[in-house]
Amino acid sequence: MDFDLTQEQEMAQKLYRAFAEKEVKPLAHAIDEEERFPVETVEKMGRLGFLGIPIPREYGGQGCDNLTYAMCVEELSRVCATTGTIVSAHTSLACAPLLDFGTPAQKEKYLIPLAKGEKLGAFALTEPNAGCDAAGQQTRAVRDGDSYILNGTKVFITNAEAADIYLVFAMTDKSKGTRGISAFVVEKDFPGFSIGKKEKKMGIRASATCELIFRDCRVPAANLMGQEGRGFEYAMKTLDGGRIGIASQAVGIAQGALNETLRHVKERKQFGKPLAAFQNTQFQIADMVPRVDAARLLVLRAAVAKDTGKPYSAIAAMAKLFASETAMAVTTKCVQLYGGYGYMRDYPLERMMRDAKITEIYEGTSEVQRMVISAHLLR
Amino acid sequence: MNIVVCIKQVPDTTEVKLDPVTGTLIRKGVPSIINPDDKAAIEAALRIKDQSGARVTILSMGPPQADAALREALAMGADEAILLSDKAFGGADTWATSSTIAAAVRKLKYDLVLTGRQAIDGDTAQVGPQMAEHLGLPNISYAEELRLEGDSVIVRRQYEDRRHIVKAKLPCLVTVLSELNEPRYMTPGGIYAAYREKEVLRWGRADLDIDDSNLGLHGSPTRVYKSFTKALKGKGTVVTPDSPQESANWLVDRLRDKFVL
Repeated sequence: MDFDLTQEQEMAQKLYRAFAEKEVKPLAHAIDEEERFPVETVEKMGRLGFLGIPIPREYGGQGCDNLTYAMCVEELSRVCATTGTIVSAHTSLACAPLLDFGTPAQKEKYLIPLAKGEKLGAFALTEPNAGCDAAGQQTRAVRDGDSYILNGTKVFITNAEAADIYLVFAMTDKSKGTRGISAFVVEKDFPGFSIGKKEKKMGIRASATCELIFRDCRVPAANLMGQEGRGFEYAMKTLDGGRIGIASQAVGIAQGALNETLRHVKERKQFGKPLAAFQNTQFQIADMVPRVDAARLLVLRAAVAKDTGKPYSAIAAMAKLFASETAMAVTTKCVQLYGGYGYMRDYPLERMMRDAKITEIYEGTSEVQRMVISAHLLR
Repeated sequence: MNIVVCIKQVPDTTEVKLDPVTGTLIRKGVPSIINPDDKAAIEAALRIKDQSGARVTILSMGPPQADAALREALAMGADEAILLSDKAFGGADTWATSSTIAAAVRKLKYDLVLTGRQAIDGDTAQVGPQMAEHLGLPNISYAEELRLEGDSVIVRRQYEDRRHIVKAKLPCLVTVLSELNEPRYMTPGGIYAAYREKEVLRWGRADLDIDDSNLGLHGSPTRVYKSFTKALKGKGTVVTPDSPQESANWLVDRLRDKFVL
């Protein structure tokens, strides 16, 4: 067993860190305050191939492994969790399913521009009445000649406002339950498709999360992803991979908070000595560091399992559960160590704490992860 | 168009810390980087490649670890990389270094040779100009702007108090400043290709046509006699004169005391 990164992974990490520090960190505060989608960063990331890291080169991607991709999400999220989310939703939830389940024509038409970063992707499964219970899809798709007609509403869609291409799940045959759900590739300007309300969120406030509205939206039959009736299966498999991205994001948030706090406790003096000289500080730090490291190791294991073609659903769920709860616990502790400054919006800690919470909720809540993990053990 | 870019791997001095007891630099655990001026030289070559097509070869002399700096240059988009590494090259001063690298450049096709102005660890700014002498090439130093026009290179060079715009026929050697450009980032795929598809050639003593008297420590006419960290200066004096006139007078007196004026 080898815990060292390969030379190329190490250099990629160096690249992501330099990019995050120079291009992402300076914007993190402002885009959170303004709830502004960082178009300029996304354009830069697109040009540098950050929007297609684990996608093969023949489809416009960088041809790297999932570990190299996961590291990118972690490094970006250390300084700006929103930027990590944008990359994760685009890569894991839009590019990956098109690669795994798309037809050759769909890959040509949609995956290549997505992986090259010329277009941005989004994934639309959640509905007002279908969250954790994704099987309860109410969006309907009815076949009409060479098209499907979509009607319904999706909510909480990451990248929604900024995206060009959407993977949309809809019921094609209600009588078949989960086997009656299908997936469609929808372009932004398809008639009958519109972006609804932009959500005001607690954290990751720059990620352009919106409602999607389908009113007699006509989608060519050629845009049915894979086979009719297999949408739910595609969605679940996609979310298995997505969890690696979100777990990486959570590790990044936790590490970012830890880095800021380590700096602060060495500089900040109270009672005549730096906070770092107090045993309480030392013990708090010593409690957090192993948790973050353990979370990262779980993420790396999940990424390597995916890269080596092994089953990774349970390990990805474990990584996501543990990393997100670690991010929440660590950011809360870090705000405490930072004291009053930690609570102020001029300092990054409170943002990190707000950002951490979503990792326990989206792409499967912690409770759903527990269902996935126990189902693997108890079946 | 063939461009040879000479680079050096250096410790990242922004990450170097001082030992509080001995006052010396702690180099342990300090990451290595491509010397900033040299990175600008790589970028300049790659921009010429992007605009009008060129084959970009990166050359570096150093220990085997310098491989990482060359891979980085390949990941940025360079075509070929050569590492000059041999025990015989060790301990070289600027004369031996420039002689060795020039011997390697002679084996390559080149129209333009680019180097950084100076390395942030040695700060001599001698290796580039010396190489031009060895190779019999015109040399333009301190380039803050560089473009090609026909078979010439036009360079704006930066001096402390003035700028020159200089034109030279190719082949030519130009040493560049980090202000010349903003070097591009690598790409993840570029990094993979740099390790998996491209090669860093290793050239040793036997690969170069050069006299032993110009090589390594023995071929170095200069020796470092002693190196030390400059003692920290005192706290300084704070004065609170009543008027700007008085402040100026006070300052001029101090400068006279120190024979600055």
